[in-house]
Amino acid sequence: MQNRVISRKDLASFVDDLIKTKSAGEVIGIKAQGNKFNFGPLASAAELRLDYDISLLPPKKYFFPQTETVLKYEVGKTPKVEAVAAEKPLCIIGVHPFDIRGLLLFDAVYGGKEPDPNYFLKRNKAIIIGVDCLSPNPKSFAASMGTNITEEGFDLMLTDLGGDYFVTVGTNKGHNLINKAKTREAGAPDLEKRDKVRKEAEKKYQVSLKMKKEEIPALLDATWESKLFKDRSETCFSCGSCVMVCPTCVCFDVQDEMALSLKGGERYRRWDGCMLTEFASVASGENFREHKEQRFRHRMYRKGKYLVERYKYLGCVGCGRCASACLAEIASPAETYNLLKEAK
Amino acid sequence: MVMQLTAKQSIHLPRTAELIRVEKLSDREKVFEFKFDDGKELGQKPGQFVEVSIFGVGEAPISVTSSPTHKGSFELAVRATGGVTNKLHTLDKGAKVGIRGPYGNGFPLDTLKGKDILFVAGGIGLFPLRSLINYVMDKRSDFGEVNTLFGCRSPQERLFIGQLAEWDKSKDMCFLETVDRVPDDEWKGNVGVITTLFPKISFDPKKTYAIVVGPPIMYRFVIAECLKKGLADDHIIMSLERRMKCGVGKCGHCQINGLYCCQEGPVFTYAQVKSLKEAV
Repeated sequence: MQNRVISRKDLASFVDDLIKTKSAGEVIGIKAQGNKFNFGPLASAAELRLDYDISLLPPKKYFFPQTETVLKYEVGKTPKVEAVAAEKPLCIIGVHPFDIRGLLLFDAVYGGKEPDPNYFLKRNKAIIIGVDCLSPNPKSFAASMGTNITEEGFDLMLTDLGGDYFVTVGTNKGHNLINKAKTREAGAPDLEKRDKVRKEAEKKYQVSLKMKKEEIPALLDATWESKLFKDRSETCFSCGSCVMVCPTCVCFDVQDEMALSLKGGERYRRWDGCMLTEFASVASGENFREHKEQRFRHRMYRKGKYLVERYKYLGCVGCGRCASACLAEIASPAETYNLLKEAK
Repeated sequence: MVMQLTAKQSIHLPRTAELIRVEKLSDREKVFEFKFDDGKELGQKPGQFVEVSIFGVGEAPISVTSSPTHKGSFELAVRATGGVTNKLHTLDKGAKVGIRGPYGNGFPLDTLKGKDILFVAGGIGLFPLRSLINYVMDKRSDFGEVNTLFGCRSPQERLFIGQLAEWDKSKDMCFLETVDRVPDDEWKGNVGVITTLFPKISFDPKKTYAIVVGPPIMYRFVIAECLKKGLADDHIIMSLERRMKCGVGKCGHCQINGLYCCQEGPVFTYAQVKSLKEAV
């Protein structure tokens, strides 16, 4: 597919047009929220902050909401049950490559033998317009995880070349969409410029892994008994912030809630995470990861070993959100893996 | 990307089933017999589990205690211990619940065919194991010698008493049971933990598979006994307990290290469990 180049002004018109016509669904974009950034409905292209570092919450919230009704029912002698799956076409603008990698892992988890309609009814309809991250968060190590750039998972990918944006076209949907905008064909010098910009951004990452990412599973295989898990988890509040902001945390809890009438109610699922104390407990009272050391270690293994063995994608994309959210400053997988490597 | 789905294909949507029989087993346990409203079979393998819904209360994973050789309905034996199970204990015949499943791998019937079997059940570990014991008894000629050991804490906690008596009388299996302690003199049987039954039985470790289901503490001691008797790691089979919230490998609650108890389990061999640090 032919890549394009678009001026700032024409990109703004393109986005404003998407907002006005809703031709690609409701337009969601990355916006400032206080001195941070978050995804939200876009009122105008002027709100877009494509120069951001990370969003407070990853865009997974649009396909896997914090709370989502999955069943509605009436109780009584003959209960009536109905499955509920909300869908809404969305066009999400400003998704970073590492968050796109996070969504690819979600696709693998929520697909498989028993695909989840609640996820895919939203996901299949969404248009993803990515943007390369040129000013990485100080805690991010996406370059070490190979997720600072992605060749898949987007319809369009923007790269800020200074004056203009390079538009990498990823799908036919993306091609048809950008065709409506005023652009010019990208030539070899533009492509060269894009790659140069990406290379320069790669140098700006302040945290890096002191090993190849492919070595993490073997490192973990050799360090289960490491004292570091206990030492490092001692200050953990078990608050779950690290898992709540994570673009690859897929886990959920399921709860019922009766309506005030007591004639019926809803079953909903909501974000849950392995760093919360009761996550691995069973009805008899047994908790299979009772101690924070066990939970801390589990998360590190889940991110660095279990998920890649199961789904081929590492469970950490190096975005740096967990490290930014953690009050105890212990959540960064890169820091733990580096310390494990040093201690070995 | 996954093909077009509809809400009706929800992983959360149960089928409704009617409670057709309730029987008290002990102070805390009852067995519930259900029949699907659509008339279909559950179609489970021994050792699989279902998600039971009580609308307005929630959902809980429960192992199926009846054998698939029993047609037309299925049984769940349940200890009242959480929100859903306590509510279940208040239900009478005619009540409707939701059922999803069956889920999980179940016991490896192909591996067990033609082999000698040692069943070891501790307490309510008998519930999932009973699905296989009944299956083996119904297809008795497909299997070799059968030894069954059952242990619980006290005579009051014995379960499926009528069936225990049948097994005791049966010429098709050698059945031994014990209780950990005796508060009264009425009990004339064995007293002591389940491992005290091991010296009383003999089996050929080459031809035998041990199927062990019980509380975590029991596994440690019973596995040691099995190994002492010469059973290989992959001839020891166990069923593990986790809180499977979805049953389809998504919610994450039942992870045992890198495995999902609802997908690769709940039945594992000791050879597998040995390499899983969090299994028991």
